[in-house]
Amino acid sequence: MSEVSVTKDAAAAPADALVVLHNVNKHFGALHVLQDVDLTIARGEVVVVIGPSGSGKSTLCRTINRLETTDSGSISIDGKPLPQEGKELARLRADVGMVFQSFNLFAHKTVLENVTLGQIKVRKTDRKQAEQKARALLDRVGVGAQAEKYPAQLSGGQQQRVAIARALAMDPKVMLFDEPTSALDPEMINEVLEVMQQLARDGMTMVVVTHEMGFARSAANRVVFMADGRIVEEARPDQFFSNPRSDRAKDFLSKILHH
Amino acid sequence: MNVLSDNFAMFREGFLGTVELTALSALLALVLGTLIAAFRVSPVPALRVFGTAWVTLLRNTPLVLLFLVATLGLPALGLKGWDSFWLAVMALGCYTSAFVCEAIRSGINTVPVGQAEAARSIGMTFSQTLGQIVLPQATRTAIPPIGSLMIALAKNTAIASGFNVTELGSVQKTLNADAGYDIYVIFAWIAVCYIIITFAISGLFRLLENRLAVAR
Ligand SMILES: Nc1ncnc2c1ncn2[C@@H]1O[C@H](COP(=O)(O)OP(=O)(O)OP(=O)(O)O)[C@@H](O)[C@H]1O
Ligand SMILES: [Mg+2]
Repeated sequence: MSEVSVTKDAAAAPADALVVLHNVNKHFGALHVLQDVDLTIARGEVVVVIGPSGSGKSTLCRTINRLETTDSGSISIDGKPLPQEGKELARLRADVGMVFQSFNLFAHKTVLENVTLGQIKVRKTDRKQAEQKARALLDRVGVGAQAEKYPAQLSGGQQQRVAIARALAMDPKVMLFDEPTSALDPEMINEVLEVMQQLARDGMTMVVVTHEMGFARSAANRVVFMADGRIVEEARPDQFFSNPRSDRAKDFLSKILHH
Repeated sequence: MNVLSDNFAMFREGFLGTVELTALSALLALVLGTLIAAFRVSPVPALRVFGTAWVTLLRNTPLVLLFLVATLGLPALGLKGWDSFWLAVMALGCYTSAFVCEAIRSGINTVPVGQAEAARSIGMTFSQTLGQIVLPQATRTAIPPIGSLMIALAKNTAIASGFNVTELGSVQKTLNADAGYDIYVIFAWIAVCYIIITFAISGLFRLLENRLAVAR
């Protein structure tokens, strides 16, 4: 187990930084939701972000593809700073996959269309090729048989796996997950986590906001603990869970581990 | 002594005038209304201001006043040579576009924001997100109120008769002036003509509603 971690860590050398946040600040009115956030994510690294409700985890995720603007600091993806707006930004966003808590599938499109739309409209892939790739991805996440259905006809777990396929169809450099299993019934959580585990094993760079400790322990290279808009602690998962350093983390873990 | 058979050509011309005026104004109102709705939700502040101003101005101005502006104001500003039919289309189309815009915008508000965010997150631009994801779903909710707006528009075309346009209203005025016909019979036939038009519009929109409901 520790050997695996070591090799993973070696792959995650800072020399190959994919996502770099430097001194990022963000306010919602008077509320300072991100405070001097510095975070570097290496290519192939899996980072789990945890922390109490309202600590800014979602906001952090959303700033990485600029669904939220920032007030100061810089964010760059694969060496390129995030553009302000317009086509340039759209192009960069296509390289950053995002999976939402509430799936957010396009309700008026079939499952297949959900996965082909971005390829056709953004990547300008031709329809046939896009459909081929979409079917392969849907098979990979285990919902190939549902391709012609509409999102409302699927279970939550199936919808979330379609949402993962939709993001993967863009060949993203990094995938962001914001509590991907929190809206799911318990029996559906595992089917989604398994897809994510597989993705991590395949070397995808991932930022995952989750309270699934099992996933954090088995798939993450690093746990980032946030509280009150700050990154309070960063550590390898085994270290973080068995021996948290900060009082905030200890307090938080004692609460969630009792549940 | 039958008003209709005696004056069939006039009725037909008036009926077609109203249909044409309604159809062209509706087209203008739908195109403009959609465009202005897009302005009102766009990320560009200047467009949002323009959209808000457009709606506020046109929705709060009496239609007759718009007709006066179109027929007297525009020529005074040097825009001459437009015939009264096209000026009427402009006045009716612009006026109705403000209401269409608001109907579409309320439809847009029923589409979950998350879907638009998901579209942006896969790299779709604002106009792609609007055209592919938001508007198709917004239209579904907006169709019934837009149907009502189109019926109101058909009836509003009667105002054009005061501005030298041949349509049902002008037929009625001409016949009323031509003594010898029972005024109530004239009204009844004119009403029948409007009912045909408004029923056709209702039918069309019910069809649209059903088609869109099935496509899901
Ligand atoms: N659009 C917004 N406008 C104003 N305040 C916001 C907005 N979005 C988030 N906030 C506030 O910013 C803070 C951080 O929110 P965020 O959603 O990032 O927290 P979180 O860590 O993801 O919490 P949770 O675990 O509940 O999802 C919270 O106090 C929240 O109320
Ligand atoms: Mg959150």
